[in-house]
Amino acid sequence: MSNIRQLNRRDFLKTGGIFALGVSLYGCGRDASPIANKKPAAPVPWRADVYVSFDAEGVVHIISHRSEMGQGIRTGLPAVLADEMEADWRQVVIDQATGDAMYGNQNTDGSWSVRGFMQRMREAGATVRLMLEQSAAAHWEVDVAECKAVLHTVVHEPSGQVLEFKDLVAGAAELPVPTVDQITLKTPDQFRYIGRELKIVDMHDMTHGSAIYGADVRVPGMKFAAIARPPVVFGKVQSFDAEKAKAVPGVLQIVEMPALEPPAMFKAAGGIAVIAENSWAALKARDLLAITWDDGANADYDSAVYRESLLEQVRKAGNSKRNQGAIDTALSEAASSLEAEYYAPHLAHVPMEPPAAVASVSDTFCEIWAPSQDPQSLIPMATAVTGLPAEQIKVNVTLLGGAFGRKSKCDFVEEAVFLSKQTGSPVMVLWSREDDVRHDYYHSVSAQQLAAGLDGEGKVTAWRHRVAYPTIMSTFDASLKEPQALELGLGAVNMPYDIPNVRLETGEIEAKVRIGWLRSVCNIFQSFAINSFTDEIAGARGLDPLENLLDLLGPDRVLDFSEFGYELTEGYPFETGRLRNAIEYASKSGEWGRELPAGHGLGIAAQYSFLSYVAAVVEVAVDEDGSWRVPRVDIAIDCGQFVNPDRVKAQQEGAAVFGLSLAREGAITAERGRIKQSNFHDFPVLRMNDAPTTRVILIESKAPPAGAGEPGVPPIAPALANAIFAATGKRFRELPLGVKLKL
Amino acid sequence: MIKLSVNGESHEYSGETDMPLLWYLRDLLGLTGAKFGCGKGLCGACTVHLDGQAIRSCSVAMDRLEGANITTIEGLGKGKDHPVQVAWRRANVPQCGFCQSGQIMQAVALLEQHELPTDQEIDDAMSGVICRCGTYQRIREAIKAAAEDLI
Repeated sequence: MSNIRQLNRRDFLKTGGIFALGVSLYGCGRDASPIANKKPAAPVPWRADVYVSFDAEGVVHIISHRSEMGQGIRTGLPAVLADEMEADWRQVVIDQATGDAMYGNQNTDGSWSVRGFMQRMREAGATVRLMLEQSAAAHWEVDVAECKAVLHTVVHEPSGQVLEFKDLVAGAAELPVPTVDQITLKTPDQFRYIGRELKIVDMHDMTHGSAIYGADVRVPGMKFAAIARPPVVFGKVQSFDAEKAKAVPGVLQIVEMPALEPPAMFKAAGGIAVIAENSWAALKARDLLAITWDDGANADYDSAVYRESLLEQVRKAGNSKRNQGAIDTALSEAASSLEAEYYAPHLAHVPMEPPAAVASVSDTFCEIWAPSQDPQSLIPMATAVTGLPAEQIKVNVTLLGGAFGRKSKCDFVEEAVFLSKQTGSPVMVLWSREDDVRHDYYHSVSAQQLAAGLDGEGKVTAWRHRVAYPTIMSTFDASLKEPQALELGLGAVNMPYDIPNVRLETGEIEAKVRIGWLRSVCNIFQSFAINSFTDEIAGARGLDPLENLLDLLGPDRVLDFSEFGYELTEGYPFETGRLRNAIEYASKSGEWGRELPAGHGLGIAAQYSFLSYVAAVVEVAVDEDGSWRVPRVDIAIDCGQFVNPDRVKAQQEGAAVFGLSLAREGAITAERGRIKQSNFHDFPVLRMNDAPTTRVILIESKAPPAGAGEPGVPPIAPALANAIFAATGKRFRELPLGVKLKL
Repeated sequence: MIKLSVNGESHEYSGETDMPLLWYLRDLLGLTGAKFGCGKGLCGACTVHLDGQAIRSCSVAMDRLEGANITTIEGLGKGKDHPVQVAWRRANVPQCGFCQSGQIMQAVALLEQHELPTDQEIDDAMSGVICRCGTYQRIREAIKAAAEDLI
């Protein structure tokens, strides 16, 4: 497959800089004592580690085993390895890994690529560095302690002699691989790339139209498929007439897909596929299919009715998930109390690239090209569909044109594998935007109720939080009806405020669509409710919202919610002092309390998520007619150690846009089991004219690396709602807010 | 038979006349720089130039293109980086990169109309091209830098 540029050949071939350096240093040593000086052996291909190899020309190849979807990971993790190895970044080629368990976990999800693999990359780099130094020492017949890797070369320090990495590969390949206790990692002052701004490796391709995403893959003989899927989840084809579709020039074949049975998992959704010579013929003919559907049990899904059921659940006591102190007594004996309900709808992911994948299945081999967040998961899927063993399946990962969790769920790849097997040709399955909006794994719709009790001095003594939403886990086990520990752990069970009586309760409800995770997941609505409610508490206490937030946070301490089913991550204590710090940085950057024009307001919110600490100050400008815009956002993030500060900042800028998108107009609704929205006109996302200027404060930290891609999202919507309250005195407890507020 | 020019090369097309230009470029010419994002002219990922004007190639059928001069991102700058591409690189604009062909083609057309666009002119021209990653503030910055470069 030569059409995919797996290799990102940088412009190093044009630069002879390093070679020139080698020549100039040669023989200019400080020490005149003679050392061995034979001709270096020619390079040999050497796989030094699963993540790094040298090719026959001595070029360094570093594997990116995580999927690139805009977070810059194809640059970040390989740069960590290059740094420890003392490789010259300009001379490194990045190869995208195929889906293969030998690379370890490739599931690019949960904002943990750097956290999960930074140490491993450092060790790989340091191991290769040591082996190249050992190779040089053997070549010069000197002590390895006198040999030091410096920017793609090894220098013999006493004599000043220099050998390039490629001259040392043949020798290094013969050496035993040192154990981890034999290698020495760099100290931070020796870092060359870690912690510095680095251009992404895909910059050229992404700005020249040559970057390859799912739908850009071309395989000889490839056909194009578009599928009419059941409009209701678990619906089935009752009958169909393909006559008009078949009459479209270029249409080759009509294929009925297997019906989807619960649980949904990441299985193909069923329906009727049109196979054609080109994309247009497939899409056009697909729309001409006349299909009678058996809608099945979810045909009763009406999101307006469902909303009432959700609200009912949070208006009564639920199942206790965190219980501290005596909440009922504390609330009934409180000097004053307040209560509020919050609601947020389903959301769709709508990555700019709709799902697309190519599969080529023969009797003996299955090859896949897909923008997948989780390529290894496609191997057992392909085995199930084709009957081929894992060794006869290859999964190539293209760039992902946005994903936000959607491309963890590769129903679209199963469609391609099935259709290639059925037709005997390579097949690209292409989703239209309508397909994408109507057949997503939706972010959960949610209702929440919060109640707080205050004592006579205005101190908050009681906090009761009730949540109800269809669980993500229903996608895997259709019998599950209440939020699971992993979801409650996203902001609810780990609510950090220093309040003596706390209770978290969950309601029950059956999922009526496929539920999935979307960038920052349940933090989106749990953070919205909690941060809105703390702002309401500020009002009840007569305190400035910032002062109130810091007061609620209490003295700096380490929190442990493991007794409530919250999974602790080793090495990552929840330190409230770091959240306080983020709040202080954000409020300082956002000039909290500054003079504002009429109609403007500032709001603040803070959220601990994906092991990172984030606070945001949002400035809103509300017109008299209720229309509003956000001119400015200030976000402070402490994500521990970071690799590429520019990419972490870019993620926060993007998070602000993502958060404002969902707060402004993000809503997926359903009637008769059918999703009502279909494209960007009725599921709008933020455009340039509504985009804020975002200032990011990236907090320097010695803590281990934590999440960067998701944690910026949760504080945005509540900070906005709080800003609107500051500007108008009106509290909005439901998302989306709409383009025009009802003032 | 429809005759048109794409990136300076002459082509003849005799297929279905309602095929949108986007699919002709992508599937028949193999120019995959213009992207399919919505199919309705709502997102701008498919933006190319028709006689120097930015158009949504997903919404222009082939039968309207007799004698047209089309430029796609592959034909921009003719082997040399366009100042807009240079500015994009300097500002580290792309995240996932998927919309950036459309953003760049729209920005080039904007700068051909307005040498030094105001914020309002940038918003007016660029708001048709969606970036779900949210790179808008860097796009603004890059357009301003490219404008100064071009003057």
